[in-house]
Amino acid sequence: MRKFLSDSVINIKPSGIRKFFDIVSEMKDAISLGVGEPDFDTPWHIREEGIYALERGKTFYTSNSGLKDLRIEISNYLKRRFNLNYDADNEILVTVGGSEAIDIGLRAVINPGDEVIIPQPSYVSYEPCAILTGAKPVIIDLKAENEFRLTAEELLAAITDKTKVLILPYPNNPTGAIMERENLEEIAKIVIEKDILVMSDEIYSELTYNGNHVSIAELEGMKERTILINGFSKSYAMTGWRLGYACAPNEIIKQMTKIHQFAIMCAPTTSQYAAVEALKNGDEDVTQMRQAYNQRRRFLIDAFKKMGLSCFEPYGAFYVFPCIKEFGMTSEEFATKFLQEEKVALVPGTAFGDCGEGFLRISYAYSLENLKNAIGRLENFIARLRNEK
Amino acid sequence: MKEELLSILEKNSRIDFSELAVLLGKSEEEVLTQLSELEKEGVICGYHTLINWEKTSIEKVMALIEVKLTLQRGRGFDSIAERIYNYPEVKAVYLISGGYDLLAILEEKTLKEIASFVSGKLSTIDGVLSTATHFILKKYKDHGTILNKEDKDEREVITP
Repeated sequence: MRKFLSDSVINIKPSGIRKFFDIVSEMKDAISLGVGEPDFDTPWHIREEGIYALERGKTFYTSNSGLKDLRIEISNYLKRRFNLNYDADNEILVTVGGSEAIDIGLRAVINPGDEVIIPQPSYVSYEPCAILTGAKPVIIDLKAENEFRLTAEELLAAITDKTKVLILPYPNNPTGAIMERENLEEIAKIVIEKDILVMSDEIYSELTYNGNHVSIAELEGMKERTILINGFSKSYAMTGWRLGYACAPNEIIKQMTKIHQFAIMCAPTTSQYAAVEALKNGDEDVTQMRQAYNQRRRFLIDAFKKMGLSCFEPYGAFYVFPCIKEFGMTSEEFATKFLQEEKVALVPGTAFGDCGEGFLRISYAYSLENLKNAIGRLENFIARLRNEK
Repeated sequence: MKEELLSILEKNSRIDFSELAVLLGKSEEEVLTQLSELEKEGVICGYHTLINWEKTSIEKVMALIEVKLTLQRGRGFDSIAERIYNYPEVKAVYLISGGYDLLAILEEKTLKEIASFVSGKLSTIDGVLSTATHFILKKYKDHGTILNKEDKDEREVITP
């Protein structure tokens, strides 16, 4: 069989924590803090627009780059929320989730042997997508003492003359870290000086809790060297609709559209109509969800403080990333033991890169009630571990 | 903080102020001060519980009553509304724009009691021109809460 398979796919290592996931999926009564998607239903007015689109028979392909109305709304939205100027006709491509945009964005710019810098811990798909294009991933191990922000020194140390792309995953899954304007300015300076392209994955841009998100594309000289990734999954609780977008200079969008056209044709039509409604009339929904997430975030940080569990205060996404090094176990050992003894599933930090060792990702895309229940169990568990020592 | 505090309380009036302080990112003193101010100003009028009586064996009948008024010199809507809302069986009274003037929500144990309230007490008030009584057959949603909603998490247990 092996002779039929592609070497480059075989060489992608399967997720290191497959074993853990298998145990979780067998435990039916476990409660989970392990989910990377909102707990809210898509707001009803958005769902309804999807239903209306189906009723009106809007069941055909759209143009490859997406409904014109949707691209116009995306353009307005980016201007309104993040002070970005993207032309609806030439600089925006509607994709099947942010994931597709990451994949085809890399494919559109990588030649075999190019290096792609990936700060970790970060979302699981950057590295395999880079490998599939024939790129060499260069990993930066982000540090807890920097609150998992990317620093200028770390970036400089990773750059070689083969560096083509820097992936900038903020607000960050799994750490909840953000990059503030002055952090981004330092990165931008280097990126411009070294003539590197940035792929900025801003899928969590609506979920920041200490002020508005800043996009690196807003900084001077950066728009022409940025592929901006965003989408509807996290901000409007629309994960299952599979809808995202990429914004970039026309030369890049043109090439991405070519791949998109041949591989995908277009993003789902129903979802596109629903997304127009989301952007037109959904600002208040986003505000309310953000407020709910923020309350849960404060609850968790306070609970960790009371337990004496070390955790920096994250200001983005819906994750906290506490450190468990004091217990002398690996992340996976801790997560497995916690699951078996207290029946709570959370994700070992190592799922997001080797440097996630010693950390856990806890998602707060759960009701306060669920969080309280789970945190109570974590408290018991930790007390037992400390007693045993 | 005021609006966020109110919207938390509107959903959960049993929350204690130390937890409120955590959720709002404020000190307990700040929350206490704000709370007592809101109570004093009459912004917070009570801490109620949402009960789905249909799930109990206790019989209750609810009716929405549209009331049309004729106004006389010197007597506005307010004074007639007062005569209606002073009855304890009247749970709510609203002044309404459109085809009628007041909407009263009435709660009684039996249909007969409602009928006798409308014919004996409500219709005979000076200035009440006519009434139309609508009985509530089923409550789907009350105070922003969907009753009888199954709370099931449809998501996968773990996703990246």
